[in-house]
Amino acid sequence: MAPAIFTLAADAPKLDSGNTAFLLLSSALVMLMTPGLAFFYGGMVRVKSALNMLMMSFISLGIITLLWTGYGFSFAFDGDHGGFIGGTDWLGLRDIAPDDLWGATGTPIFAFAAFQLMFAIITPALISGALADRVKFVAWSVFIALWATVVYFPVAHWVWGGGWLMKKGVIDFAGGTAVHINAGAAALGVILVIGKRVGFKRDPMRPHSMPWVMLGAGLLWFGWFGFNAGSEITADGVASTVFINTQIATAAAMIGWLLYERIRHGSFTTLGAASGAVAGLVAITPSCASVSPLGAIAVGVIAGVICAAAVGLKYRFNYDDSLDVVGVHMVGGIVGSLLIGLLATGGVGQDVKGVFYGGGWHQFGVQAVGVFSVLGYSVVVSAILAKAIDLVMGFRVPEEIEVSGIDQAEHAETAYDFSGIGSTGHAAAPAGVGTAASKKVDA
Amino acid sequence: MKLITAVVKPHRLDEIKEALQAFGVHGLTVTEASGYGRQRGHTEVYRGAEYTVDLVPKIRIEVLVEDSDADQLIDVVVKAARTGKIGDGKVWSLPVDTAVRVRTGERGPDAL
Repeated sequence: MAPAIFTLAADAPKLDSGNTAFLLLSSALVMLMTPGLAFFYGGMVRVKSALNMLMMSFISLGIITLLWTGYGFSFAFDGDHGGFIGGTDWLGLRDIAPDDLWGATGTPIFAFAAFQLMFAIITPALISGALADRVKFVAWSVFIALWATVVYFPVAHWVWGGGWLMKKGVIDFAGGTAVHINAGAAALGVILVIGKRVGFKRDPMRPHSMPWVMLGAGLLWFGWFGFNAGSEITADGVASTVFINTQIATAAAMIGWLLYERIRHGSFTTLGAASGAVAGLVAITPSCASVSPLGAIAVGVIAGVICAAAVGLKYRFNYDDSLDVVGVHMVGGIVGSLLIGLLATGGVGQDVKGVFYGGGWHQFGVQAVGVFSVLGYSVVVSAILAKAIDLVMGFRVPEEIEVSGIDQAEHAETAYDFSGIGSTGHAAAPAGVGTAASKKVDA
Repeated sequence: MKLITAVVKPHRLDEIKEALQAFGVHGLTVTEASGYGRQRGHTEVYRGAEYTVDLVPKIRIEVLVEDSDADQLIDVVVKAARTGKIGDGKVWSLPVDTAVRVRTGERGPDAL
């Protein structure tokens, strides 16, 4: 992440069109990750809740964009108050001129605000996978609005906006802590409050569409180049190193996960390939500007194997992390963040060296502070928010709706029309344009 | 008349259709079905969690024939459906009282 230094008018750097083009395109790539995530998750649920799963991600594109415009960007990135939160000068994105630049990067503040917005959108969306099949759409919408406000915007400030973790020297290049540990820990906090799906561990809850999952994983992988390389802000050698490291770690994690499950469970599964790739992307996110390409292989393999093992924990400890947000994002984020303390070469984006490069254990300790402070804050605050929403409006749908299917109850739609016979029936005329008979019914 | 019903592996449909056509059968009805016999279902693994899928996809083929053709036709279907592996399915027949061709109103064997 670029240093949050404000350069005022006097000797401001000039706009750099190359960097600006790179950042704008990276922003678009990161935007595509949220629909990608929607498909990744949507394919993993049963037919009856496929649309709800898509909508839980899509609504984040709506809600978070408005909050970001209103106060999110300002709270996260406008200066610093006590290391905890930004300021209020950029409320409503006012007082930002088109040519105002973000620090010394030569990119407009608006480009940086757009780029960071896409991170703020996907982070709450990541949480949705743990809550599959069972939460009210309105309650979810209220949750992500509150969560972004009291968890994501402050944590983004701590890590990237000049807050206390940034000052402490925690390395989180593209969001292992602020995005993945944060979302995974939030998922854990919420599911401990709202509980398990009806039939957890009893009913088969097979993914309804593995092709959706693969499509989603592919879109995530593609968009992640914007997420990681774009986080350099400037189109340079570090961005290029980050780009290749991202690819290497993802490939290694996919293979690591596949080998683990072949040995443990007997098959190379498509879900394993997709999950391994995402685990690798998560783990390389904080570490992509710290490790060498060979180090990226280590990050990937370790993350792939550990996450493949971690997704089984929910059955042992009996918590319903439905689509393994904790097992992949929280665990993968922890792995990637801590490995910086071991594998940082000091020669890529930062001059910090890890244990294996003669840097001692100092950075490992710093990383651990970053990991566990964000993890603890997010678990606790998310659990409190979930409890409050549950008390005020009820977080979960009634059991009979959960069993019959949340798509029809919450969205009045179904994902697929399986049967020509089932598609007949009566089309109700839109209000006001119906026949005399249907008007009579309306009246 | 007899109603021959075969519940068999889906990928044998083309062979069965060809064998029936060669035998002189002019019409049949095919529906997708699911079920299990001695082979039971199969196991799928998602992120390490095993799911037993006990109903496996089958097709159900129904053909109306004259009594005199029934036994021979059953043999034709069985031969075309057989792979020799577990899960090949079943073929059976039932007596039929009446059949009517809707377009013409013909009844009995004339309707076939």
